[in-house]
Amino acid sequence: MGEALRTIDGKLARIVPPVLLIGSLIAVWWIVVANSESPIFPTPGQVATGAWALAEDGTLWQHIEASLFRVEMGFGVAFLVAVPLGLWMGWVTGAYYTLNPLFQMLRPISPIAWIPVAILWFGVGDFSPIFLIFISSVFPMMVQTTVGVRTIDRRYLRAAANFGVSRWVLFTRVVIPAVLPEIIVGMRIGLGVAWLVVVAAEMIALNTGLGYLIMDSRNAGNRYDLVIASMILIGVIGLLLDGATRLLEKLDMVKWRYVR
Amino acid sequence: MSASKIVIDGISKGFGDLAVVDDVSFEVADGEFVAIVGPSGCGKSTMLNIIAGFEKADRGAILIDGKRRNGPNRNGIMISQHGSVFPWMTVLQNMMFALSATRHSNPVERAHRYIEMVGLAGFEQAYPHELSGGMLKRVEIARALVVKPEILYMDEPFSALDALMSLKMQTELRRILDEERHTVLLITHDVEEAIYLADRILVLSPRPTTIQTWFEVGMPHPRKLSDPRAQELREAILRELGL
Repeated sequence: MGEALRTIDGKLARIVPPVLLIGSLIAVWWIVVANSESPIFPTPGQVATGAWALAEDGTLWQHIEASLFRVEMGFGVAFLVAVPLGLWMGWVTGAYYTLNPLFQMLRPISPIAWIPVAILWFGVGDFSPIFLIFISSVFPMMVQTTVGVRTIDRRYLRAAANFGVSRWVLFTRVVIPAVLPEIIVGMRIGLGVAWLVVVAAEMIALNTGLGYLIMDSRNAGNRYDLVIASMILIGVIGLLLDGATRLLEKLDMVKWRYVR
Repeated sequence: MSASKIVIDGISKGFGDLAVVDDVSFEVADGEFVAIVGPSGCGKSTMLNIIAGFEKADRGAILIDGKRRNGPNRNGIMISQHGSVFPWMTVLQNMMFALSATRHSNPVERAHRYIEMVGLAGFEQAYPHELSGGMLKRVEIARALVVKPEILYMDEPFSALDALMSLKMQTELRRILDEERHTVLLITHDVEEAIYLADRILVLSPRPTTIQTWFEVGMPHPRKLSDPRAQELREAILRELGL
């Protein structure tokens, strides 16, 4: 009974303060805008009404879907490239020495700098933003995976050697599970960057996506209510994406990393 | 006792200019329990890692059953202070992992038998982070024994446990060793642990480590540390260690 109450208390403590904080920020926003009588900057009410109208005619979902699709593709390909490469670089010292300098050089180049190149190579279709997402999320995942392999506790590798298991067993049952928590961290970082970049990429070209919606709303008659609505949506979806990735941390196979 | 199980023949090892192990030679008989005590940082662990095959000596050789040792194998399992039970596998999965390269007709039954032997029946599906330090040590011991090694290398196996649990595990280990005969090399800084468990105790010098002297324990099991002979031996060993 007491235990149950405490759990509920714990949940409330995690939900109530942030809800109160966001609620009061919205209230302040509303009061300030209402008092300043700004002709352009919308109140929270206007933002909600504008977003509702877009949701009702279905265009809002199209934009969300378009952005999510690009993130899925770019992030998915990045994952498929980054994890095997990261494992290889972490395991084989020669691969690390050969590839790491190149990747460390490519990594700090902002995805925004790639936009002109992307347009030149892929035009203004879906490929450009997918490429930009790929380029921005592949490096953090790869680096994290590599570091994960290189920091595997030696005693686990020694135990595997001691029991004389095959290289295949060593790799699938020791190396990969040991690195899995790092891969999940890499996925969280990669997905966060991917979502950040899709919006930026969509501002340049194309005619769908939340980034496009922001630019289009501003250009087509200063619809700042829709600009703000899109921004909030981007934030909320980003939070949900991160929450979904964090669910992976609850897997039995990786829980060991998050206790004690 | 039969011919020497392990022959350590003049091994030396240094890291850069730092000599760690200096020309150490000794032999361990089949079924013998040898404890090695020495001041901390004297190179005990390095020495054991060389004998177990995890590290290479600069000079000298290790012979197991008269054959030169190159690298670790299932014939001698290492149990170390921090343990190496895989945290991403359940107790049973850890046991099955150890057995994965062996050819036993019924590995699952065998795994269960050893889990039971260390008193962990009912915890087969538990993950290591759900177990206490003492239970984890039992898993480690069960996982080592399940592959039927002839030699156990133990590097301060119980020093991460609290004093009571450490005593308890010593008694348990002694009971298990009475059931299954193993050759054991134990490194410890706990002189009483060495007296309680071992047939023979080697005392190492400070780095670069050499064998300073050795003692035959020669008391029947189960031993009592309050026994005057044990007390006398303890005094003598501590004196050798400069205490």
